[in-house]
Amino acid sequence: MSGPSTYVPKSGFGRWMDSRLPLMRFAHDTIITYPTPKNLNFWYAFGAILTFMLGIQILTGIVLAMHYVANAGLAFDSVEGIMRNINYGWLIRYMHANGATFFFIAVYIHMFRGLYYGSYKSPREVIWILGVILYLLMVATAFFGYVLPWGQMSFWGATVITNFFSALDQIVPHLGSAIATWLWGGFAVGDATLNRFFSLHYLLPFVIAGVVGLHIWALHVPGNNNPLGIDTKGPQDMLPFHPYYTVKDSFYVALFALIYLAFVFYAPDFFGNPDNYTPANPVVTPPDIVPEWYLLPFYAMLRSVPQKLIGVLVMAGSLLTLVFVPWLDTSKVRSTRFRPMMKQFFWLFVFDCLILGYCGSQGADAALHMQGFELPLVWVARVATLYYFGFFWVVMPLLGIIEKPKPLPANISQPVLAAE
Amino acid sequence: MAETTAPEPTRRDFLYIATGGVAAVGAALAAWPFIDQMNPSSAVLALASIEADLSAIQVGQQVVFNWRGHPLFVRRRTPQEIAEAKAVDVASLPDPLARNANLPDNAPATDADRAAKDPQWLIVVGVCTHLGCTPTVSTPQVPQGEYGGWLCHCHGSQYDTAGRIRKGPAPQNLAVPPYTFQSPTKIKVG
Repeated sequence: MSGPSTYVPKSGFGRWMDSRLPLMRFAHDTIITYPTPKNLNFWYAFGAILTFMLGIQILTGIVLAMHYVANAGLAFDSVEGIMRNINYGWLIRYMHANGATFFFIAVYIHMFRGLYYGSYKSPREVIWILGVILYLLMVATAFFGYVLPWGQMSFWGATVITNFFSALDQIVPHLGSAIATWLWGGFAVGDATLNRFFSLHYLLPFVIAGVVGLHIWALHVPGNNNPLGIDTKGPQDMLPFHPYYTVKDSFYVALFALIYLAFVFYAPDFFGNPDNYTPANPVVTPPDIVPEWYLLPFYAMLRSVPQKLIGVLVMAGSLLTLVFVPWLDTSKVRSTRFRPMMKQFFWLFVFDCLILGYCGSQGADAALHMQGFELPLVWVARVATLYYFGFFWVVMPLLGIIEKPKPLPANISQPVLAAE
Repeated sequence: MAETTAPEPTRRDFLYIATGGVAAVGAALAAWPFIDQMNPSSAVLALASIEADLSAIQVGQQVVFNWRGHPLFVRRRTPQEIAEAKAVDVASLPDPLARNANLPDNAPATDADRAAKDPQWLIVVGVCTHLGCTPTVSTPQVPQGEYGGWLCHCHGSQYDTAGRIRKGPAPQNLAVPPYTFQSPTKIKVG
């Protein structure tokens, strides 16, 4: 970690251990004394909330794997068995299923916070890119997990997603189909597919945990950004992580857990799709197949393009774009607080993502009806997709040049002292 | 200016490259079993063909069989549906190829190349060529889409009465599987 270590072992065993494996020194420097800007607000609690959710998902997931059977003939019934027969199985499964939803709620807030305060800018580009990798790993894990109950949405979701690769047929004939067959282990999604998805669903969370380690490591080298987006000037700007942020983070983790558990106990199927309580049927597609809510914006972008290969490329590009954000933003000012034009484009972007999510949740030929005037949603999605890419590739580079930012405070104490 | 000369390659340099080369080839060979294990197993490949009895299918009706885990559509078309399919100009189709496993790859997507020899039978794999959903069959009572064939509800692709893509994101006509008529009402697929 950055800066010299201030750890002093207190016992004989501590000294003995410290000269052999300095694990306690590492923990002390990382969690206790790590210097943190003193002006971090509520939005900075989501790192801790995400760590908490990862823990919940791994714990409940390991338990579920003890009772789940990864076999196309038995999977659906084994999940029903967990719900009905296993002691507290209903609780653990609902914690896991809703845990995925709240994991994504937290990650989206965490990402928008990073965008708003410019946390991706030099010297924090690597933290941001590791974050994008973590997000992609989360999407993959969630997708594999959603297939496991082997309901209609599981099956057809797996079919549609794996068929993305068949779009490559339009570049090299048969290449895409060969990749799809290889992913399936058959001519269609089936038993072999379910087994390998289960294996990967178990593996990836531990990969996520590893990359989280890198993400935090990369964070602790330059230290936290802060809501003002200006560099901290010295010890007068900092607080030790413990007890100040351990307590603050714990408070918000508890608050977040309260909302999460309210859904687990009182509306466990709120985010679920009733079609997934129908066993998988390879010859009948449900009339409206939709992905889980957290993927709807990307699904809307896919559907807004009437050509298969380009649709898949647009969707992949929307994710890949995030990697380049540190270099697309040309502004010298990190925090959007001091960027009057960026502030408007940022909130328009948040709204744009919500619009895309809504479009993705509706049927393929849905339309908005307004006083006799009919607006096909696919056109709404097209405009929204254009703004999604425009925000990153046009607005971000241009604003850095044309925008006149507000004056920055001299240090992070100044705005507080001035207000008194 | 200092003069830089590349040092003469030595025996040691050769050994480094040779060892590295062997290690790389060895790693690639060792990786193959771990990649190929994901391909369809012998047991899956062994179930690749089915026989189907068509005698109970009425004119205007479609029956769905299960072939290689996919729905297989066998449709007994009405004279009007056949006439509609025949009237289409092949050059105007989004996908002008027959996509018929029983014909050469470059066969045009005429109705004769899509349907069986007896044109009332249309046998296609019921997998939308966009992202793999099962399209819904259109009937005069419950029309699906504008072309009288099939409509895929996932992303809105529309097929005509010869299973050819007419509108929407799907790039290809519905695939015609390899099949033979063993009698006028019995087929072997695969």
